[in-house]
Amino acid sequence: MPGLEDLYREIILDHYRNPRNRGELETPPAHRVEGFNPLCGDEIVLFLDLDADGRVADIRISGQGCSISQSSASMMSAAVKGKSIAEIDELTRAFKAMMSIHESALEGAETSEPVEVPEVKLGDLEALRGVVKFPVRIKCATLAWNTLAQGIDEASA
Amino acid sequence: MAVSTDPLDGTVLKDQFPLLSRNVHGKPIIYLDSAATSQKPLAVLNAMDEYYRTINSNVHRGVYLIAEEATNQMEIARDRVRDFIGARSSAEIIFTKNATESLNLVAMSWGRANLSAGDVVVLSHMEHHANIVPWHMLVAEIGIELRWIPLDTEGRLDLTDLDVLLEGAKVLSVTAMSNVLGTMNPVRTLTDAARRAGAISIIDGCQSVPHSPTNVQELGADFLAFSGHKMCGPTGIGVLFGREELLEAMPPFLGGGEMIRDVRLDGFTTNDLPWKFEAGTPPIAEIIGLGAAVEWLQGVGMDNVRAHEIALTQYTMSTLSERFGDRIRIHGPSNPLERGGVFSFDFDGLHPHDISQVLDEHAVCVRAGHHCAKPLMKILGVGATARASVYVYNDTSDIDALADALEAAGAFFAF
Repeated sequence: MPGLEDLYREIILDHYRNPRNRGELETPPAHRVEGFNPLCGDEIVLFLDLDADGRVADIRISGQGCSISQSSASMMSAAVKGKSIAEIDELTRAFKAMMSIHESALEGAETSEPVEVPEVKLGDLEALRGVVKFPVRIKCATLAWNTLAQGIDEASA
Repeated sequence: MAVSTDPLDGTVLKDQFPLLSRNVHGKPIIYLDSAATSQKPLAVLNAMDEYYRTINSNVHRGVYLIAEEATNQMEIARDRVRDFIGARSSAEIIFTKNATESLNLVAMSWGRANLSAGDVVVLSHMEHHANIVPWHMLVAEIGIELRWIPLDTEGRLDLTDLDVLLEGAKVLSVTAMSNVLGTMNPVRTLTDAARRAGAISIIDGCQSVPHSPTNVQELGADFLAFSGHKMCGPTGIGVLFGREELLEAMPPFLGGGEMIRDVRLDGFTTNDLPWKFEAGTPPIAEIIGLGAAVEWLQGVGMDNVRAHEIALTQYTMSTLSERFGDRIRIHGPSNPLERGGVFSFDFDGLHPHDISQVLDEHAVCVRAGHHCAKPLMKILGVGATARASVYVYNDTSDIDALADALEAAGAFFAF
């Protein structure tokens, strides 16, 4: 039986207590995008500043939510700063792959081997691996990433 | 705070609810989410099972024995619901899928026929989305105007300007009991004010009907909506009570079989009440289940249900306040007599998702989120709350377990 320590690793609690990149950016030039967790109770507002090369020059996060959604957003913001859209896309896929173990287990997979995207280093984000044992909370973890993807789509349109 | 006498023993009643004897994470389940949906007693489960095993057949159609039986049982259930809420006639009891559909029925059927651009509908800040969104839809469709009864600091309706708000209004639509704050509203005062202003009154009885005695003559309401699944009945069945003369004048809501008298190539005529508003094959098993739930609740006695809830509310509020003091804030009225057993709370600055996660570890089931009342959340200044709620099968040990689990949550997240 998964315990709370699997879900709430120290790094997660650190990012929850000391969230990185909180605040707002002036829009324009930054782009503002809002996201809502279907597991209601988490809301996120992202401010994205993409430079001419399509790299994330700056990012800020506001809104309110649970420890999982807030820490995931904080870790996400640190991970994507300075990255290109292509690199962020890869990172997002790797993160979501880590979050999707539950689906493959449901399909009858024998082991709970994670689906890896080996070239991509997840760093601090690895701490969120335990979320898959609490499927209801997966949407908390992916909220910031889905909102980011939407924001990048809108900003590059 | 003095705790009044409790005529019910929740511990004993639990035995009639099979689900409540299961374990979660190796511990006995502590179910504190009846405001979301209630557990079902054996009597209800048996009634539905019995229907499918012995008389399942389509109603109002067959000449054969079991079809007649099924039709009988369904209409007996309707009569039971009628008596449960003190309606004069079974023609005033419409079966729907749930209270949300009931409210949509009134908004769309009565609303479209009687409202035009600029007409005023009065709601309140504590309403559930089911009593907000259909009206927003009519704003877009017809151009009606919405007004809102505000709240006081205790989470009660602020009725200071009620008559002003109702001036020229066509509809007053409010909840009898808040699913977030637990506030029990003075329904008769509200329906009288509506009547004086020439407006019809619609009451959302989702929380009130399961938890206290209901009499539509005393309430003075033109319409009352409630759901079976919150009152020990199955999901998929709701009720709309409407005064006969209003229902008679309304156009039908959904069209199809059952709700017609005649259908030709060039048109149709409607069936009598209540079937005019019941298109298609009804949820027969669910109606029978609801009838069994009503019978079970009448056996317990709705006065006893309310008295039990008052006693548990007193226990909950004093226990949580004694154990946690400033660390916990329970929304809604502080007087247990002004509220039902629904407790939305803030605790230790923790997010409801995290609170309910730790509580789940301890097999305590509470709800986290906005409870389909986003406008209310904004007014309370929160994004979401955790919510515990009690019903007939809860007892003081459930509240003790809640308090212990909250203590554990506080310790786990201690900064």
